Amino acid sequence: MTQTQAQTPTRVATKPRKISRRTLASRVPHYVALLVTGVLFLAPVAYMIAASLAPASDTLAGFAVFDVTQWGFHNYSGVASSLSTDSTGHLWRFFAVSFTVTVAVVGLGLIVNSMAAYALSRLTWRGRGQALFVILLLLIVPFEAVAVPMFYLYNDARNTLWIQIVPFIGNALSIFIFYSFFNGIPRSIDEAARMDGANPWGIFWRIIAPMSKPAYASVAILTFLTQWGSFLWPVLMISDPNLRPLPLQISVFAGQLPPAWGQVMAFGVLLVLPVIVVFLIFQRWFIEGVASSAVKG
Amino acid sequence: MASPALLLLALFVAVPFVAAIWFSLHNVRLGDPRAPSFMGITQYVRILTDPDVSRQFIDALLHNLIFAAVVVPVQTALALSLALLVKKSIPGVGIFRSLYFLPVVFPIALVAIIWRLILARGDQGLLNSALSFFSGGAFGSQDWLGSELTALASVIVLSIWQGCGFQMVILLAALQQVPAELYEAAELDRASAWQRFVHVTVPGIKPTLVFVALYTMILSLRVFDQIYVLAKSGGGLNEGATRTVMYEAVTAAFDENNIGRASAISVVFFVIVVILSVIQRRATSEKES
Repeated sequence: MTQTQAQTPTRVATKPRKISRRTLASRVPHYVALLVTGVLFLAPVAYMIAASLAPASDTLAGFAVFDVTQWGFHNYSGVASSLSTDSTGHLWRFFAVSFTVTVAVVGLGLIVNSMAAYALSRLTWRGRGQALFVILLLLIVPFEAVAVPMFYLYNDARNTLWIQIVPFIGNALSIFIFYSFFNGIPRSIDEAARMDGANPWGIFWRIIAPMSKPAYASVAILTFLTQWGSFLWPVLMISDPNLRPLPLQISVFAGQLPPAWGQVMAFGVLLVLPVIVVFLIFQRWFIEGVASSAVKG
Repeated sequence: MASPALLLLALFVAVPFVAAIWFSLHNVRLGDPRAPSFMGITQYVRILTDPDVSRQFIDALLHNLIFAAVVVPVQTALALSLALLVKKSIPGVGIFRSLYFLPVVFPIALVAIIWRLILARGDQGLLNSALSFFSGGAFGSQDWLGSELTALASVIVLSIWQGCGFQMVILLAALQQVPAELYEAAELDRASAWQRFVHVTVPGIKPTLVFVALYTMILSLRVFDQIYVLAKSGGGLNEGATRTVMYEAVTAAFDENNIGRASAISVVFFVIVVILSVIQRRATSEKES
């Protein structure tokens, strides 16, 4: 279960290390393929950025958005002034809501789910087997299957901040990723600590948790991605503009008549920018986190 | 130590799930002063056979199946091609890995809106402008999202663009675990690149490939955000040609306040997911043993 990060053994192989002109030439088709695909993948992102900078009249006028001479930041100042009253909601508040919800769900989720996984992996308690069985069952219940009954059951909590947070803290997949990782840590380590007089809490916080950084990183990243983009639940539960998270707000903003597409795209850039920054900083963790979710799942 | 998580899972997954089954057997409406009345399996019979409701539901189910039938092979193949493309550690390859993964961090609601503008009808959208430019004006006034023929295809394209990088990363990790000696042995046997791919690469990553395909299939059943955004937020999406099962459940609950029917749809949705999950478990564990 616990493959450590796979190293590519290909580099050790037979070929000489210095790059000859021939190898360079043989790489040209490869680079061309990489570049062409890259351009195709980047095109929609480039369009979003261009449309956020172009004048409103150019957004839906074909190639005109790429006319650099017309670019400016008016859409950004426009979106700040369009979203600045209590009836439209305030630009800063959408960010505050998304940020609070995401940080709370990720942070509390890491603590609560890793604790549960530790109890399942290491402690003996009545009902442990049953609890594990139930969690494995819940693993296949997608949120979509319970969204409608939750909409009814928790209707009194509509337009609150907590209803955007609390339902997503406990997460069967997170527990499962932690559980598999903890099971891979040799029990002799716990034994040694117990000999030294550590109690289960001490063993967890001071030994197991610090050893499990990759699992924490995977869970944090998967939760972060789902939560920052969360849409279905806010659609059902949030109508108050002051409690709208970013993805819901951009759909509301795009649905306004007449639509201000330049401003919508500027809003899109602002919405995705924090995620891209986090992604660029923790790139390696992102990629390993996603990859290990499959190995474990 | 497990109790906080178990309590939360009970309150927000297990209880709502049991409630879904109960609601689906009753006439439940929000704000209804009357107590919910038992109606047996009427909701299920209705969504499957009553022409007024079942046509939309069957359509929705069909759209999910078409979506899955296209996205699973295309996205898996594309993700595998990308993974092969960025597998070799040549200078600069890291940049491309990140580039192909980039759309994954985009919320799908935003992706839908970006593509709504690119796919805009007439000569407004970028795609039509490009087509008209390269075809000398012969093509390029297609209403991609509005036309019954291309609406679902458009949604499929933007979904693949957003989701592909995720699968690429999973497959890349699997590719890197295929022992290099196998490739060397194949090279000694003068196997062509294609033969190496078929006889070394594919068998080496088969469990992961199966996992990715089935995982993508379940994701295809869950499609909601992009349809909702494009249909409800001025996207001009052809609703009739793209509605999905989740879209049906949400509109039944939200627009018609019919919690009972929406719950019945949720339960049917869940049963399909379970069937696929069981197939997935079976397929992956067979490969491992």
